This record gives sequence, structure tokens and C-alpha cells, in this order.
Amino acid sequence: MAEPILATRGLIKRFGGLVATDQIDLDVAAGSVHALIGPNGAGKTTLIGQLSGEIRPDSGSIRLEGRDITAAPVHKRCRLGLARSFQITSIFPDFTARENVAMAVQSRLGHSFRFWRRAKSDPARTGPADALLAEVGLEDRGNMPAAALSHGEHRQLEIAMALATAPRLLLLDEPMAGMGVEESVRMVETLQRLKGRISILLVEHDMDAVFALADRITVLVYGRAIATGTPAEIRANQEVRAAYLGADEEEG
Amino acid sequence: MRVTPRLVVYGLFMLALAMVPTLAQVLAEPFLVTLFTRMIILAVAAVSLNLILGYGGMVSFGHAVYLGIGGYTVGILAEHGTTNGFVQWPLAIGISALYATVVGAICLRTRGVYFIMITLAFAQLVYFVGVGLYAYGGDDGLTIYTRSDFAGLIRMSHKPSFYYLCFAILCIEILIIHRIVHSRFGLVIRASKSNDRRANAIGIPTFRYRLAAFVIAGSFCGLAGAMLATQADYISPAVMHWTRSGDLIVSVVLGGMGSLFGPAVGTIVFLLLEEVLSSLTEYWQLVFGPMLLLLVLFAKRGIDGLLPGGDRG
Repeated sequence: MAEPILATRGLIKRFGGLVATDQIDLDVAAGSVHALIGPNGAGKTTLIGQLSGEIRPDSGSIRLEGRDITAAPVHKRCRLGLARSFQITSIFPDFTARENVAMAVQSRLGHSFRFWRRAKSDPARTGPADALLAEVGLEDRGNMPAAALSHGEHRQLEIAMALATAPRLLLLDEPMAGMGVEESVRMVETLQRLKGRISILLVEHDMDAVFALADRITVLVYGRAIATGTPAEIRANQEVRAAYLGADEEEG
Repeated sequence: MRVTPRLVVYGLFMLALAMVPTLAQVLAEPFLVTLFTRMIILAVAAVSLNLILGYGGMVSFGHAVYLGIGGYTVGILAEHGTTNGFVQWPLAIGISALYATVVGAICLRTRGVYFIMITLAFAQLVYFVGVGLYAYGGDDGLTIYTRSDFAGLIRMSHKPSFYYLCFAILCIEILIIHRIVHSRFGLVIRASKSNDRRANAIGIPTFRYRLAAFVIAGSFCGLAGAMLATQADYISPAVMHWTRSGDLIVSVVLGGMGSLFGPAVGTIVFLLLEEVLSSLTEYWQLVFGPMLLLLVLFAKRGIDGLLPGGDRG
């Protein structure tokens, strides 16, 4: 196998007595969509936090394209090609939709110690921003304050912001959470279009979306990765069925 | 820039400020020039605070410390015979910038109430250093016997000339802040205020930009301190007492946080109210307090928010 875009080895994170991440060895193949599933409290968000740099692991290592990023701060990881969306919508609510994306574009254009020139009308920022808004279907929302967009549009906006940083790997933390059916379908379509172009690590509860998109799935239970495989292998795995898929039916 | 009613009001406001010395002469009230010089100087301080408070969301409760740092720089240099303004004023700015860099690097690691408290703590520290500076008057302050001199280019002791110098500095400051908040740098500061976690997640190391803004604001306020000491021919620790920092915050909130001219208007309205109300009653704060409360409750964006003229930004 070629070098994975993302590889963790022996990742451990404890919160007091709770082991939220327990010896995780995760490989995300370049160009693939890798889904991370597991019941609530399995440690998915903690793991995403460590991958994106907001949480420091107690031990273990994280490599992005072979480069050790275990100690790199959030902004540095983003520069190296790791972009994320948040479980709970995280945007600049008082900026317009275009400015939200333009900020992400700006971050890629080098340092921002530029004090004099008016930035908002700078085509180097707005050009790529408008193209990305169009890519996620928000082209007619550019001038609206981001706070005024619908929930589904917020999630699309977050994807556009992540894409604006020219990522090699997208970490998507429940991009479909709280979405209606129509909005979910649209998000799956958006992610389908990205597939192959950008590697994606997807945390998602929507099993239809996971099985439709993922090349490989890792199942997390109590901080441990109990299984990794293709969607068909995961479906057939007895341990997974017992620990997770069965419980999912109860949750409804 | 679109011409909105708001802009017209601010234009008239600046025009009125430009006419103050003429008006004072017509009314034969030279005291007005002195009063308004002081107002303009404090407006320079409030406008600088607005950069970090209004645009950056950094509630510094120690901003008046720079008035003291700038003022003491001028005072101590004058005490030792250096009265050249080209040395005094840039040094006042430089030392303020240095202080802001060190203190900002520490304070900006905290957020919210902790940031308010730690900026206050540092300012009180410097305040008590000022009180303990017995060699330079301590509590009683330091009289500056020789005014700063800019190689004779400006008649510093001529009140209208000094007024126009201060007014010009305020105008230049507002222009610079205007450019800054609309630049890439300014957008980073505002993005960090809006959602700092998101700003980092899209690859912007916000800390260094916030620190830079903190230093710019401190530098401008240090300049205001130099101006204040020069105008009064005197500097004392009282200018950096925490209540003075509070006054600066009140001025910014009154005028409108994150509006370009708001804090300047706020300062002048605040000081005029103080002037008028305190001539009526000794307990003027009893009247001013509720007024401020009403404004904060019903006009969150201060005076600026009361003016018609569409969105800001």
C-alpha cells in the first residue's frame, strides 16, 4: 500500500480515569473516504480533536503524509493540508458568507500582516471564495450575513471554508448532523464530488451516508478501534453488530 | 465609501471640532480650547482602545496605563533636560509598545473575564510603581517645567496651535485605524473576535495578530499620554488609575464599539456631560450612571447605533 495520508500509532488520551482514546492505530489511505463510526461516547470527537490539534494526546504519534504533526498547533496543521469541519456549526456569524470563505482563502495567501490595502474587494480573496461558494451551491448567498443562512447551508459553508485552505485531507465531524433528508442528500452529493480529489476522514451517524460514501470504515467503541474494513466487511462483522449496529436500531 | 446620514453627522462633528479655537475666540472663552484639547487627547486614547475592544473583542481594563507610561516618559525626560519632542514623543510610543508586547504576550493567553482581570492587574502594578517613584514626585506627580519642543516647528505653548496638533493627530489616527480594520490584518482581528477557534482551524495563527493589535493600540495610547502630560505640564499616577481605564471603556461603549468615529464622539459626549452635570450637582455620577445604563440596555451599539445610515463594516 502507498503511504497513507494520515497515520496514527498508539494514540492514547485519558481524561482522569476514562480512556477516551485507547491505542488507536489508524491509517487513512490517500484519496479514500474513511469513515469513523461508533456509539455516542466512543471517543470519535476526542480523536478528531487530537488529529486537528486542539487536544494533545498523552502518547502516540500522528503523521500527515509521513510528516510527524503530533505537536503541531492547529493553524500549522491546516497549512500542511489538514482541514476540518466542526460537529457544531463553527463559522464567522457576523461576516457575510463570501467573507467566511474569503478568510480561509486569505489564510492560504501568506501572512496577514498587511495593514493598509482594503481587503474585502481584493479579487485574490473574493475570486476563489466565489468559486467555492458555487461549488457547494451557495453562489446566491454570498452577500448574506452567515448567521442568516439555514442549518444545511451552514454545513455547506463550512465545507467551502475547509476547501478554501486547499486541504489534502478533510476531517468532517458529523457533517450531516441535524439535517433534513433533502439537505443530507445534497451533502452526500457534495462529498461524492470531492471523493478521489481529496482524502476524507468522516465521522457520521447517518449510516446510509457512511455506507454510500466510505471506502473503509473504522468502528470505535469505548476509545478502542474494534474493527476496520470495507463497508461489506463491517456489515458482516459480528462484534460490530453486537456493539454498535444493534444499538443503533434501538436509538432509531 | 457611501455617503450615509451617519457619515454626514460624523463629518459635521469633525468640522465642529476643527472650529473650536475660532469659536472660543468669538465667544471670548479661551477656556474652551483647553477643555477641548483635553477631550481630543482622551479621544485619541479611546479610539486606540476601540481597535482592540471594539474590533478585536479584547476587553482591556488597563488601557489608561499607557497614558501614564507616555506621560512619565515625557516628564522624566524633561526632568533630565531632554525636551526635544522628536525624542520624547517617539520614545513615549516606543516604551508603550514594548510594555504592550510583554504584557500582551501574557494577557492574550487568557480570555473573557480572566483577560479583563489580568490587564487590570498589570495596570495597577504600574500605577503603584508610579506612586512609589519618589524621585519623580510619587503620589504628588511630576511637574514638567519645560514643554516638549518640536524644533520650533509648532508653537507648543500657543493653545490653538497645540489644539490643532492634537486634532491632526486624532484625524491621522482615525485614518490609520480605518485602513487597518479594512485590511487583511484587520479582518483577521475581527474574525478572531467573531470565532477564534474557527480562525485557527482555517490556518490563521490568531495570537500573533491579536498581539500586534494590542501593541498598536498601546502605542497610540502612549502617544495620547505624551500629549496629555504636555498639555497639563504635569503627570501623576492618577491618570493610570483603574477608574481612568474604566472611563476609556465607557467612552468607547457610549460612542459605539467597533465604529470608526464612535469612540471619539463618545469621549467628547462623556466629558461634556461630566462638565455640565458636575456643575449642576456634586453627585453627577448619580445622573450619569443611569443614563449610561439606559444606553447600554436600549442602544447596544452606542451613539453610533442611534445614527441612521445602514450597516457598518
